[in-house]
Amino acid sequence: MVAQRKMASTRQTYGETLLDMADSFPDIVVLGGDLNVSVFTHLWRDKYPERFFDFGPAEQNLVGVGAGLAANGKIPFVSTFSVFGVGRPFDQLRVLVSQGNLNMKLVCTHAGILTGEDGMSAHGIEDLSLICSLPAFTVVSPADSVETVQAVKTAASTEGPFYIRLSRAATPVVHEEDYRFQLGKAEEMREGSDVTIFATGVMVSVSLDAADMLAAQGVEARVVNIHTLKPVDEEAIVAGARETGAVVSAEEHYFHGGLGSIVAQVVGQNQPVPVEMVALQGYSESARAEELMVKCGLTPEKVKDAALKAVSRKK
Amino acid sequence: MIGGRAPAAGHTYSVPELQAMAKELRRDIIQTIYTAGSGHPGGSLSELEILISLYFRVMRYDPENPGWADRDRFILSKGHASPGFYAVLSRAGYFPREELATYRQLNSRIQGHAHPMTPGVEMNSGSLGMGLSFALGCALAARLDGKDYMVYALLGDGECDEGEIWEAAMSAAHHKATNLVAIVDRNRIQNDRFTDDVMTLDPLDRKWRDFGWRVFETDGHDLPALLDTFEKTQRRRTRPTVIIAHTVKGKGVSFMENNPGFHGRAPNAEEYQKALEELA
Repeated sequence: MVAQRKMASTRQTYGETLLDMADSFPDIVVLGGDLNVSVFTHLWRDKYPERFFDFGPAEQNLVGVGAGLAANGKIPFVSTFSVFGVGRPFDQLRVLVSQGNLNMKLVCTHAGILTGEDGMSAHGIEDLSLICSLPAFTVVSPADSVETVQAVKTAASTEGPFYIRLSRAATPVVHEEDYRFQLGKAEEMREGSDVTIFATGVMVSVSLDAADMLAAQGVEARVVNIHTLKPVDEEAIVAGARETGAVVSAEEHYFHGGLGSIVAQVVGQNQPVPVEMVALQGYSESARAEELMVKCGLTPEKVKDAALKAVSRKK
Repeated sequence: MIGGRAPAAGHTYSVPELQAMAKELRRDIIQTIYTAGSGHPGGSLSELEILISLYFRVMRYDPENPGWADRDRFILSKGHASPGFYAVLSRAGYFPREELATYRQLNSRIQGHAHPMTPGVEMNSGSLGMGLSFALGCALAARLDGKDYMVYALLGDGECDEGEIWEAAMSAAHHKATNLVAIVDRNRIQNDRFTDDVMTLDPLDRKWRDFGWRVFETDGHDLPALLDTFEKTQRRRTRPTVIIAHTVKGKGVSFMENNPGFHGRAPNAEEYQKALEELA
C-alpha cells in the first residue's frame, strides 16, 4: 500500500546546493554555529574559508552578525538546528532581520520530531509558528531533496528574509528531477474531488500514501504540497475547499501556529468547510524517528482517518 | 570636510566650535523630548560629545549619499538614546532640524528607537545587546569587499548586562575585526537604578581586555580627550578596540545629572523651561 520511494537527505542537499551557487552568487557568505558538519555547511567552510564565519553556539550573535552582513550587500546563509536558529535568536530575527527587512537566509535543519533520539529539547516543533509570526519573512518547508535544491536557489535570488526548514533524517523523494518549484504557488500532486489534503515537508509523502489508501476505499483525495507557508497560496487552499468540500492539513509541527492554523484561517475566511488537522499535539521523546512518527500519529493511516472524518462532516 | 575623509570638502570644526555645538544640540535634545512628551533624555545627554566627536571630526560620510559604500558605519546599539543621535544626524545634514519636532509622532521618519527609515541610521534598535553583533557584520563585510571603512558601535553600560554583547565581543576578537571600535557610554545608570545596584559591571576594562580587545578609557565629555582617544584607536590596529567613556547621565541639566529618574521620562513644562535656561 505504501509506495516505495528513494530516500535522500535534505540537509546534505542544502550543503551541496550552496557549493553550486558559490560562483554565480559572489555575495553569498555562510555563517555557522558549531554544527556545521551536521548541517553540511562544512562543505562550504572547507572550500571557501574566506567566505565562512563560525560563531560557536551563540545564536543571538550569529543572527546579529548575519544581519550586519546583509545590511552591507552580502547574502548570508545562516544555519544551525531549528531549535537553536529560531528559538534562541528570535528577538534578533524580529528586530534586526524582520523589522529591518534584511536579505538574510536562515536555513535550519533538524526540524520536527524526525530529529529522533536527541529528544524533546532537540525537536523543533514550534519553529513554523514562531517564524510565520514575523511579517517580513518568507517561509519554505520543502517536501524533499529535489525541492530543497530549488528552494535554496530561489532564496538566494529573491530579496528579503527567508526561513527554510529541513530535517535531520533522510526523507522520501516525491518529485522527479524535472520538477519546477514556484515560490508561493502550491503544487497539486494528485487530483481528487472528495477531500483535499494540504501537506508540508515530510508529510507530503505520508499524505500521498494516505491518498492511495483512500482511493482503495473509493475516496478520491487531492493532495496539495504547501511548500511555501508564507506567503501562502490562498487561491489553492480556497479552491481545494470549494471543489472538494472538506480539507485536511498534515504537518510535522505542533498543531498551533503551523500549516493547520494557516489552512483553517484561509478556509474560515473564504470558504468554510470541515477542517481536520494532522499535527503534533505536544512534546515527544527520545526514540528513532520512524517510531516517533507512529507514536505521534504522523502516519498514512492517521491522515486517511482524518480525511474520512472531514468527508463525514460535510453538510 | 565632514569627518576626516568625506568626499565633499567642508569645514573642520575647532574644539570651541564643537563645545558650542554641544550646548545647542543639548537644547535640541530637550526640546525634541519635551515636544514628544516622552523619550530618553539621560542617555541622550551623556552620549552627546561621543557622537559629536565621531560625526564632526572622526568619521567619513556623505549626508547627500547616506548609502555611500565607503562610509564609516555608526551603529547606535542603545537605540533609546535616539534624540541625541537625531540631533547630531540633523546637524550633520541628514535631515532638516525642523523634523526633530516630529519625533515619536504619527507618520514621522524619526522613530522612538532608531530605525533605518531615518537617513543616516544603519540598524533597527530598541532591544538591547544587538548593535555590537550587527557592527561586527559590517566590519566583516568591509573585509570581504576589500574596503577600509571603520565601524563604530555605541553601547550603553547597562546594555553590557546582555549576554549577546559578550558573544559579539568574543567573536570580534576571534575574527580579528580590527576595523571595529565599540564605545561604552559609562554613565553608571540604567533603566531602574544605578548600574552598581542592578548588576555589577566592574572591572569593565578587564572584562573587555580578557575578551581580546584593546581598551582605552577617557572622560566622555572632554572633547580634546575624546578626540585624542579616537586618534589613538587608529594606530596599530591589531585587535578590536573599545573606548570606555566615563560620562554623566543627563549631562548639562543640573537636575537631570546623575538622576536615575530621567533615564526615560520627558521634562514637564517647568523642568523644560529650567533646562533651557541652564543651557542658554
